[in-house]
Amino acid sequence: MIQSLQWRGAIIGVILVVSLFLVYPSLGPVPEFWAKHLPNNPVRLGLDLQGGLYLTLEVQSDLAVEALTDQTISEASALMKDASIRYSDVVRTSPTALSVYLKDPGQEPLFDEKVLDKLHSFKKVSSGAADKGFEIQLELDPKTVESIKQRAVRQAVDTIRNRVDQFGVAEPDVVVQGADRIVVQLPGLREDINRAIDIIKRTARLEFKLVDEKGDVAAAEKGDIPSGDELLYQLNRNPRTGVVTKSAFLVKKQILMTGDVITDAKVQPDRGGKMIIHIDLNRIGAQQFERITGEHVRERLAIILDNRVYSAPVIKDKISGGSAIIEGAFSPEEAHDLALVLRAGSLPAPVKILENRSVGPSLGDDSIRLGRNAIVLGMVLIVIGMAVYYKWSGMVANVALMMNLLLIFAVMVSPFLRATLTLPGLAGVALTIGMAIDANILIFERVREELRGGKSARAAMDTGYNKAFLTIIDTHVTNILAALPLIQFGTGPIKGFAVTLCIGLVVSLFTAFFVTRTIFDYAFQVKQIKSMSI
Amino acid sequence: MELIKPNTKIDFMGNRRYAYAFTTVMLILALASIPIKGHVRLGIDFSGGAMIQVKFNKTVDTDHIREGLKSLSENLIVQKLLGTDEFIIRMETPEEGADKLSQRVQGLLNKEFGTGSSEIRSLEMVGPKVGKDLQNAAIWATIIALGMLLVYMAFRFTFTMGLGAIFCLVHDLLIVYGFFAWTGKEFNLTILAAMLTVIGYDINDTIVVCDRIRENLKLQKKAPLIDIFNASINQTLSRTVLTSGFTMLSVVAFLALGTHILQDFAWALVIGIIFGTYSSIFVASPCVLELDRVLPVKR
Repeated sequence: MIQSLQWRGAIIGVILVVSLFLVYPSLGPVPEFWAKHLPNNPVRLGLDLQGGLYLTLEVQSDLAVEALTDQTISEASALMKDASIRYSDVVRTSPTALSVYLKDPGQEPLFDEKVLDKLHSFKKVSSGAADKGFEIQLELDPKTVESIKQRAVRQAVDTIRNRVDQFGVAEPDVVVQGADRIVVQLPGLREDINRAIDIIKRTARLEFKLVDEKGDVAAAEKGDIPSGDELLYQLNRNPRTGVVTKSAFLVKKQILMTGDVITDAKVQPDRGGKMIIHIDLNRIGAQQFERITGEHVRERLAIILDNRVYSAPVIKDKISGGSAIIEGAFSPEEAHDLALVLRAGSLPAPVKILENRSVGPSLGDDSIRLGRNAIVLGMVLIVIGMAVYYKWSGMVANVALMMNLLLIFAVMVSPFLRATLTLPGLAGVALTIGMAIDANILIFERVREELRGGKSARAAMDTGYNKAFLTIIDTHVTNILAALPLIQFGTGPIKGFAVTLCIGLVVSLFTAFFVTRTIFDYAFQVKQIKSMSI
Repeated sequence: MELIKPNTKIDFMGNRRYAYAFTTVMLILALASIPIKGHVRLGIDFSGGAMIQVKFNKTVDTDHIREGLKSLSENLIVQKLLGTDEFIIRMETPEEGADKLSQRVQGLLNKEFGTGSSEIRSLEMVGPKVGKDLQNAAIWATIIALGMLLVYMAFRFTFTMGLGAIFCLVHDLLIVYGFFAWTGKEFNLTILAAMLTVIGYDINDTIVVCDRIRENLKLQKKAPLIDIFNASINQTLSRTVLTSGFTMLSVVAFLALGTHILQDFAWALVIGIIFGTYSSIFVASPCVLELDRVLPVKR
């Protein structure tokens, strides 16, 4: 028995030392040797306690599918030209379907062979005579649609991760939720939150298209847009007055090149102090760019980002070497943000903000101070109450209680868990204190009953512990059962609360049973006490 | 020190008719809130909308804020946080530019009250779709929690006692719900967490009594159920009162010191603990006693 007591003492001692080591960095800055050689994970605070940003975004993956269909239109047109198939029109009839109108029905087999075969993801649904000619209806098969959508969400996550990595917050978190939602958490983000949101949700789709020099811009602005063209605008800000003016451009719909080929983007001021963005292209992009500029010398190339024209320089000569510049009337911040999104890549589809929670650092500081005070006050009241009601036994329970609190934080910062402490989590700690003390109250009430029944102190303690054991297991298990759905369904702070509660309950089983029992056994065996102060 | 004398013999079960009357009145009160108050006031977590917390460094009144922000929305709810110069402003989700909301609000406040006199401390915007999803998640979380507890109780004790415990939980949840409906306090995700905690806490209380009943049933196989129930409740009464008291101490500390979010959380717990303690004595056991006629408690 003595030996087992030593063992138990040793276990408690080790746990205490390890816990203190784990918790110490959360109490303040650690000395240098500590940071170098010892575990140094301060407790992770939730957004509500340190301020920051929480966003739920919805990837509008339907638009990614639509974009593919649009792309296929120009692909099909090019293929038909190559194969000398005469057609009158190719139109999108739904996000996933398009119709091709042939002038000569006899060319259908040729179409099947030379065009359809190469449009892998599209299947022919039907064909027959229609008003505009011989109509062939093509449709994306549902499996492809599904995989495009999934890929869009995955790509969006990667891109957003790239972007938020540059904000410099300690633990950015970007995860997929459900089929098409992305949750972005930036705890501790202290700079301009609105600018961060702008950067995250920016599609950053960069396209190079030719300006239609023959088109009539004035007529287009009235609604008469030539087919194959689209009307886009450029915003010009006067740097002195800040007045923004719009100028219209008529550009060809065909996309010559997109931003996928960008490897780097940097901001450089030009000689006049204007900001320009210098972009580097990968090998494929460099080849494409060389070919495009070679084929369209003396024409104007519009550089379009998210359907806004930034610049439309005249191509003076074939450009080789794989780099290009974007000029525009941007402020240094705008240019910096633009370069950032170009570097991080474009979103495959626009995102919509479904949920936006931001907490300023000052509120977080207040919350943590009040929460801490509330826990300390609650603890003090309970400790006094236990000491008064159960005397020395109450003090033993208080020791277990202190250890309980220490262990909760130690488990939370432990490398396996790295749980987040939230404001409701602090309340969870307070409640756990109540529950932990309940275990000891159950035991002590049993012991008192046994003592009243005339048993010796030693026997009363043994019986008390044994009889209370099952009850305490039951109460703790049921509490954990009630908290589990919260871990599953809860988000952010609520999940933090449930996790804290569960940790607290497990820890309380250990402290209320193992620790107090060991102390009592020590008192009985080593100190040879004959009666209990209870 | 002893609060409850060891040989206390209160005839809880004999007087259960008074408890029935009280329980019925409380339940009617809680349910009456639905036709009269039209449900609880759902927070933006569940209803969708925007909520902004603003701190002023001077004294302003709610009407002035409402006037200043009129251009944002006609249906603006402005609420002063007690004892502070902080305000909670609630509105439906603005149709466009929801992410620019804090800039717009700050701009309007600067114009109305002067630059630097106010600080936006937090902004929350929940779209209607997410709100609906969170509502569903909340309902499922509650149902699953109750279901798991019923299974556990049926397995560890008896099915009848499990039913009694679940009835007692539903009773407590309805009372907390009624409290929120009548006081007009906002029901949000944090309060849901509090409700589920109340479930955990109440089942705690109920299990302690059930455990004692099970033990006494084994000791006295012939004794009438009603006597065993009475004895068990009396034997655990001291613990019940103490634990409720101690837990209340830590919850009251949050009520006294917490921020407004935690204060509502603490209120839910206070009501939950009071009625949880009441119901584990006066609802769960009598319920089992009545159920025993149709679904006899196995001995």
